[in-house]
Amino acid sequence: MGFPPFLIPFAELEVGQHLYWQIGSLKIHGQVFITSWILLGALIAFVVVGTKKMERDPKGIQNLLEFLWDYIRDLARTQIGEKVYRDWMPFIGTLFLFIFVSNWGGSLVPWRLIRLPSGELGAPTADINTTIALALLVSLSYFYAGLSNKGLRYFEYYVHPTPIMLPFKILEDFTKPLSLSFRLFGNILADELVVAVLVFLVPLVLPIPVMFLGLFTSAIQALIFATLAAYYIGEAVEEHH
Amino acid sequence: MTSLFLLGASEGGLFDIDATLPLMAVQVVLLTYVLNKIFFQPVGRVVEEREDFVFTSRAEAKKKIAEVEKLEVDLKNQLLEARQSAQAVIAEAEKDSENLYKEAIALANAESNASREKARLEIDSQKESALRQLKADSELIGDLIVERLMAAK
Repeated sequence: MGFPPFLIPFAELEVGQHLYWQIGSLKIHGQVFITSWILLGALIAFVVVGTKKMERDPKGIQNLLEFLWDYIRDLARTQIGEKVYRDWMPFIGTLFLFIFVSNWGGSLVPWRLIRLPSGELGAPTADINTTIALALLVSLSYFYAGLSNKGLRYFEYYVHPTPIMLPFKILEDFTKPLSLSFRLFGNILADELVVAVLVFLVPLVLPIPVMFLGLFTSAIQALIFATLAAYYIGEAVEEHH
Repeated sequence: MTSLFLLGASEGGLFDIDATLPLMAVQVVLLTYVLNKIFFQPVGRVVEEREDFVFTSRAEAKKKIAEVEKLEVDLKNQLLEARQSAQAVIAEAEKDSENLYKEAIALANAESNASREKARLEIDSQKESALRQLKADSELIGDLIVERLMAAK
């Protein structure tokens, strides 16, 4: 593939190039799965080590895991409500942990040291497929949450204050996953690009504050995604009176 | 060309949506299942057990404090009662001893009076008998004197 002259300096960033794996007639982005497997392996290993010997007086990693658990419980409980938050806590927590680990793993691990034949390793959440997958899971979950909790009465939600709301509420079902996926994708990709461009232009000192900003943004995005997912589920199971 | 490249009209691009999407969704669902089994359930169990433990311990401690307070009040009441009854006993004892003292004094007085009276009566009777004796004696002596005088004459 030929590049126009003005793109040549950026060619090293390899924006939008993927390492394709062929499965039957399907193509998948290999670099996304490589990084996600490594990061999830690290996450699962961390959790397994931390929960191996749990005591009533927590020690070491157990403290951190309990802090995380408590944090996720508070998030789920405030957004979803006391009644059903237990059912959705693992999902919300997994979204949070997966996005958080992906975002931070994307910026903290020096992936550039590993050369791929095509594309490059980076945060799995900087790929639109991942974020759309997460957003669609959120959509499915809030529909499932609403229908399983309230049955067909769930659709009262669409005409809740007045039937005038119906078109807006239907539109919302499309804008919710769209905004969720694009917000996450845009933030993480932009962060990676800004750091990459800065490193490319000024390889010393200057990218470091931007990297810290990137870590901050990454954590915030994980929190936002999990909070919104929980909020949508909470909205779906809420009882109108 | 650039926009086509970025938007993934051909191979590659930022918005290249393919089988990665469903596979990633399946992966996240599996991860939810795995994390639920190895993280959320066990940690939740431990945390909730501890919360229960703290809650019941607190409740028990509160109950114990209430009990202690009740006991304290009881003991204070008992102490007060004991003090009052002790004072009553002391007062009674004082009164008793005073009574005894008065009785003893009265008894002693009566006794001394009686013995004095008796002594006086005895003295009186003796005096009387002595006087009578004396009178008889003097009469006898008078008679004797008279007799002698008569005889001498």
